[in-house]
Amino acid sequence: MIINGVTIDETFAEAFGMRATRLIITAANLRWANHAANAATGFATSVIGCGAEAGIERELSPDETPDGRPGVSVLLFAVSGKELAKQVERRVGQCVLTSPTSAVFSGCDGEEKIALGKNLRYFGDGYQISKLFGSRRYWRVPVMDGEFICEETTGVVKAVGGGNFLVLAASQMQALLACEAAVEAMRKLPGVVMPFPGGVVRSGSKVGSKYKALSASTNDAFCPTLRGIGNSELSPETGAVLEIVIDGITEADIRQAMRVGMQAVCAIGAAGGIQRITAGNYGGKLGKYHFHLREILA
Amino acid sequence: MSQVVLTLRASPAIVVDCSPLTPDRLAGKSAATIAAIELQSGNRRLPAGDLFDITGESGDTLVIRNACNKLDRIGAGMNGGTLEVEGDVGAFLGAGLVSGTIRVSGGAGAFAATGMVAGTLHVRGNVGDFLGAAIAGDKQGMLGGLVVVDGDAGDRVGDHLRRGIILVGGNAGDYCASRMLAGTIAVRGRVGALPGYAMKRGTLLLAGAAELPTTFNDCGTHELMFLRLFARHLAGVDAAAASFAPHGERVRRFVGDRANGGLGEILITV
Repeated sequence: MIINGVTIDETFAEAFGMRATRLIITAANLRWANHAANAATGFATSVIGCGAEAGIERELSPDETPDGRPGVSVLLFAVSGKELAKQVERRVGQCVLTSPTSAVFSGCDGEEKIALGKNLRYFGDGYQISKLFGSRRYWRVPVMDGEFICEETTGVVKAVGGGNFLVLAASQMQALLACEAAVEAMRKLPGVVMPFPGGVVRSGSKVGSKYKALSASTNDAFCPTLRGIGNSELSPETGAVLEIVIDGITEADIRQAMRVGMQAVCAIGAAGGIQRITAGNYGGKLGKYHFHLREILA
Repeated sequence: MSQVVLTLRASPAIVVDCSPLTPDRLAGKSAATIAAIELQSGNRRLPAGDLFDITGESGDTLVIRNACNKLDRIGAGMNGGTLEVEGDVGAFLGAGLVSGTIRVSGGAGAFAATGMVAGTLHVRGNVGDFLGAAIAGDKQGMLGGLVVVDGDAGDRVGDHLRRGIILVGGNAGDYCASRMLAGTIAVRGRVGALPGYAMKRGTLLLAGAAELPTTFNDCGTHELMFLRLFARHLAGVDAAAASFAPHGERVRRFVGDRANGGLGEILITV
C-alpha cells in the first residue's frame, strides 16, 4: 500500500489492556486549569518508569464542567486499578490541590471507583467538609486561597495503551514536522492521549538488552546511525524515525486516532520527505490488541 | 400509568397510622384487598375500606384525596413509587422514607421526614416542629434525601440532621439546625431564635440577616464554589428545588457552635 508516495507497511501495532480514568480539572480561567493539568500529567510518558501514562484530552468550556468554570479534561492510564489509584492520588495531591483556584471532578462513571478526594480530604486537618449532592460526594478542603473542591471518587474503565505508528523520513526535521501535523490532528479526537513530549517519541525501544539489568533498550533496527550494522530495517534514504504512541479509552478510539494521524502524515507525503509508515509490535504474542496499519487506512 | 386513589370519606375522630398505604406496599393488590388492610387508630385497628373510598388500579402511584391532619405516618417507610396527597396530613409524614417521591398539596404536622433515608418529599403548605429531626431516643434525624417545604416550618428544623437537604421556602422557627451533625438546610425566609444551637457540622444557608448565637464566630465574606455545585444539583432535581438555588456564591460565613467545639457553618447570602 502506497499513499501519496508513502509506503504503508504490512504490519500492526501491538497494544495492551490498561485501566484509565478521566478527570476534569477546573480553575478560575483556562490558563490556571492548564497549569494544574500540565503538572498532573507531567512525567507520565510510560508506565515503565512513570507509573502512569497521561495527557490532556481537551479543553472544556464553562458549560461542560460541573462547576461552570473553564476546565481541562485529562486521561490517566496505568497497568492496574490499584496503581492508577496510587498515581491519581499522588498527582492530584501534588499538582492540582496545590494549584491556585483549582477544583477536580470525576469525568467518567466506571463501575470500579478509586479515591479522588477521599484521602486528599485529610489535608484539611479536620476542617474539611463533605457535601453529598445527589449521588455525588464532594469535599471542601480549606486552603489559603479559599476552598479546594474535589469529588470523592472517580470511575475506572478498561482501556487500551500502546497504540503506535512510526514515521520514516528523509531527515529528522521532516519526520518531526510530519509527526507534529499528525499529533495536532489527533488531539482533536476524544478518548485518546499521546503521552510523550509533544505527543512524539524518538527513543523507540525493543524488548531486552545486552545488559541484564535492563528489560528494554534502544530499537537499533530503526536507528539511522546503525544502518550499516546488525539487522537494520532502514533503507539508505531514511534519515530519521519518530514514533507516536497513543493511549485510548477504547480500541475504536485508538483506531480512529491512528487513522487520522497517519492520514495527516500521508498528506505531507513523499514531497515532504516522508517515506514509510510502520508500527511497533512484539510479534503479536504480548499485546491483546493488534492494529493493522493497512486495515485502518483501507 | 396506573394509580390507585384513596378518598377519605370523613375526618376520623382520632389519628390513624397510614404507613401501610404506600405505592410499593399496595402494588399488585386489588381494591378489595386494600380495603381489608387494617390501620392502627388509637387502640383499635380499622380496615382501610372503612375510612377510604378506593378506586383505580394499583401501580406505582398512590393518590390520597381529601386528606386531613388526622392521618399520621403517611408514606412512612415507603420504598419506591409516587405518593400524591391532596389536603393536609398529620405527623411523621415520610418518616423513614427509603426511596420514591411524596408530594403533599397542603401542610404537614410534626416530625415530617424524620429518619428519612433517601427520596424526595415536597410539602406545599406549612410543616410543624421537628422537620427532619430525630425522634426522642434517636441520635440522628434525617439520614438523606431531599425535603422541600414551600411554606413555613416550625421549631427545631433539622435537629440532629445527619445527611440530606432541607429547603424551607418560608420562615423557620426557633433552634433551626440545632445539634445538626451534617447535611444542608436552606431557609429563604427568616429564622427564629438561636439558629445552629449546639450545631456540630453541616450547613445552614440563610437568605437574609439573622440573630445568631454569640457562640458562632464570624469568618468573613467569601465566594464559596460549592454553592454553585449546590445550585446546579437543585436545578437538576425539579422546578420546586431549583427555585432554592442560590443566585451567587458570595456569603458571610459563621462557624459554630463553638460552645461545644462545633464546626458547623451558617452562611448568610450577601
